[in-house]
Amino acid sequence: MAYSDKVLDHYNNPRNVGSMDKKAKQVGTGVVGAPECGDVMKLQIEVEGDTIVDAKFKTFGCGSAIASSSLATEWIKGKSLSEAGQIKNTEIVQELSLPPVKIHCSVLAEDAIKAAIDDFRNKQDS
Amino acid sequence: MKLPIYMDYQATTPVDPRVLEAMLPHFQNDFGNAASRNHEFGWKAEKAVDTAREQIASLIGASAKEIVITSGSTEAINLAIKGVVEMYGEKGKHIITSEPEHKAVLDTCKHLEKQGCEVTYLHPDKEGRVSVQQVQDAMREDTILVTLIWANNEVGSINPIREIGALCHERGVLLFTDATQAVGKIPVDVEADNIDLLCLSAHKLYGPKGVGCLYVRRRKPRVRLVAQQDGGGHERGMRSGTLNVPGIVGMGAACALCEQELSEEAERTSKLRDLLEDKITGELDYVTLNGSREHRLPGCLNISFSFVEGESMLMGINDVAVSSGSACTSASLEPSHVLNSMEVGDELAHSSIRFGIGRFTTEEEVNYAANKVIDVVTRLRELSPLYEMVQEGVDLSTVQWQGGH
Repeated sequence: MAYSDKVLDHYNNPRNVGSMDKKAKQVGTGVVGAPECGDVMKLQIEVEGDTIVDAKFKTFGCGSAIASSSLATEWIKGKSLSEAGQIKNTEIVQELSLPPVKIHCSVLAEDAIKAAIDDFRNKQDS
Repeated sequence: MKLPIYMDYQATTPVDPRVLEAMLPHFQNDFGNAASRNHEFGWKAEKAVDTAREQIASLIGASAKEIVITSGSTEAINLAIKGVVEMYGEKGKHIITSEPEHKAVLDTCKHLEKQGCEVTYLHPDKEGRVSVQQVQDAMREDTILVTLIWANNEVGSINPIREIGALCHERGVLLFTDATQAVGKIPVDVEADNIDLLCLSAHKLYGPKGVGCLYVRRRKPRVRLVAQQDGGGHERGMRSGTLNVPGIVGMGAACALCEQELSEEAERTSKLRDLLEDKITGELDYVTLNGSREHRLPGCLNISFSFVEGESMLMGINDVAVSSGSACTSASLEPSHVLNSMEVGDELAHSSIRFGIGRFTTEEEVNYAANKVIDVVTRLRELSPLYEMVQEGVDLSTVQWQGGH
């Protein structure tokens, strides 16, 4: 299978790899996927006011899954929570030229963003 | 050292230069049809085929008359299984096989099930092997055929074919073995190993693609088959079609070389395989061997690297050609049915890589591949949330995962 240049770039130079303190109140953590399915994404956001000031990820999965989550962290940095929550997997598919068999990777990245935002919001409520 | 490095010898092998040399005259000068009985061109081709048949038979301890040329193992498998079922269908309809067989066997069995055959799929042990006892327990009054892979193509595990063959002969049940990965790599002797039918493929043993054969026992017992391809009655009526003379000559030459060099080559490739494994396990933790340490092919190493996914590994080690059992690398998006049957677990199946070492693999290449794997796995583990969780002391089996696909 041939990979697009953008997938290769994110795979070879993943952006924003790392972890934040998941107990911190300004941090939201989303973990989606399952090891037996071959993909697990962990995406974390650090929020100030309503703005995502930093994002980090770690991904177990194929090159397209790594690229999708790397791209997602790039996109959400600097966005408001509601803007970030509106990112659609189809935008990731288009940006990375993902083939049909890899669409689930982009879905997972979208889910990871939403899960991180939900986690952050739940923390503020509690 | 030339890049990329080929380390996928279970998928196919390059044609040995000595094999190619033997084949070349048969494309142009000696191009005759082996079935032309009335001129020099035909006689020469027939003679070349006869020589090749002797070479093939000699490697597996058969006689030349027991070799039926085919286009490869898949065709030989179809001919053996369907041919036996059609010929002996009145005796019974029951076949015994195993879950980690090649798809050519499994799909042929599935096809026959639709036509009324009953098939028992033996569940292998964790090393991918079946036992004589399992075969014995599965035998019924109406069992006509046992079909088992000799050496598994994904993990290299070797089945106790000789003992199973003895059981089959005692019970009057035919034994067919898919020996595609075994022949030329480990000693094979159809007499001592009690085999009735056996297939092999030239391109797995440094011969050309598109040619293989089926061994069909002629005495004690005499095995008969119903042909699956109608035509001019070539191959004693068992497989019609003009003989692929250059291919057959190549297969013969390849078999002769294997016979001469088998023990030396097995020793060399085993050493390189062990070197690869030792280097990798010396540097990386959470590495699991898939298959049997004791009963396996010399040049096959299948290992799982926990917490990294197979396809992303292949992307990283892109100048070393290997295979993965990961679902992402297969057209079907299903993880390997072989690893699945061995109950390896989906997570480890996703993380499995098969390294195939062969005749032309060098120590320098093995060192390069090992270093590359170590680098890529280390890098991907830094990216892996699973590795991080395990480092933090989390037991992954207790985690509630969500949103998997």
